[in-house]
Amino acid sequence: MKLLTHNMLTSHVKGVIKGYPLLIKATEVKVNEVEFNPQFVCRMIPKLEWCALVQAADQLGHRQDLPGELVPDYEKNEDFLKKVHRVLMEVEVLEGCLQCPESGREFPISKGIPNMLLNEDEV
Amino acid sequence: MCSGYPTPVYAHAGRGDFRDVYEPAQDSFLLIDALETDAERLRGMSPSVCLEVGSGSGVVSAFVASVLGPSAAYICSDVNPAAAQCTAKTASCNNVSLQPVLTDLVSSRGIEAAWAGGERGREVTDRFLPSVAQLLSHKGLFYLITITENDPEEIIRLLSHQGLEGESCLSTRAGNERLSVLRFHRKQQT
Repeated sequence: MKLLTHNMLTSHVKGVIKGYPLLIKATEVKVNEVEFNPQFVCRMIPKLEWCALVQAADQLGHRQDLPGELVPDYEKNEDFLKKVHRVLMEVEVLEGCLQCPESGREFPISKGIPNMLLNEDEV
Repeated sequence: MCSGYPTPVYAHAGRGDFRDVYEPAQDSFLLIDALETDAERLRGMSPSVCLEVGSGSGVVSAFVASVLGPSAAYICSDVNPAAAQCTAKTASCNNVSLQPVLTDLVSSRGIEAAWAGGERGREVTDRFLPSVAQLLSHKGLFYLITITENDPEEIIRLLSHQGLEGESCLSTRAGNERLSVLRFHRKQQT
């Protein structure tokens, strides 16, 4: 599970008002080399919940020097875009779980895939 | 007709670890054909996000990724854990980046979900249709593969009430039924 994906996921457990962002408890993390595509990064940035991304990177110990706030004029800042690229696309959680911040319910991540499926009583 | 974009590799689907994954069939290939026909239009739109609901083997998203390239995010949802893993494998076999997620649209599990359908084979689709108008961007496109039994004309009417204009963009005979790919976009405000 890349942090790009994590940024989109939310808990829909019955009764939960804000199941976002999910806390990451990782037991296995991998860093891959992914080709840097500045256009892709620029298009994703406006869609991201920035704080959730920084928090997630922090939880994985992979934040490095990613700033707490978006820098202005990031489109032309290749250095910044590369930092975002690394956190968004290169860091991958292979095993662990995502925890709903409100209900505490854990969603497992297995072989890199997050399982957001709810049980019948949680729907 | 010459194929501009090759069909993704998918031989692993339907066997071994992925024996419970929907093996690409006539409907998958018709959807791929429709997307290939629209390739230039899709490239011109330069989408940022592509979402596949029920990715199965991942072959359709892999195809879209090969057409649109790495400037978009490809999210693949399925309820079948084997399908999500298969999608990941299909991505790596075809040198594209797909993001599989296990998410719930129906309460049943495994490959039955792909076949169940319910009344008119619409149980799954009907639960998802109301979300389409919410999810689709103002210039986005929604493709849906249907069979005659699903009553595609009614689906078009239903989505029309939600401000989405649709039509059958490609269809073919499949036994006694007709497979159709429906394509929707937001009605333009006049």
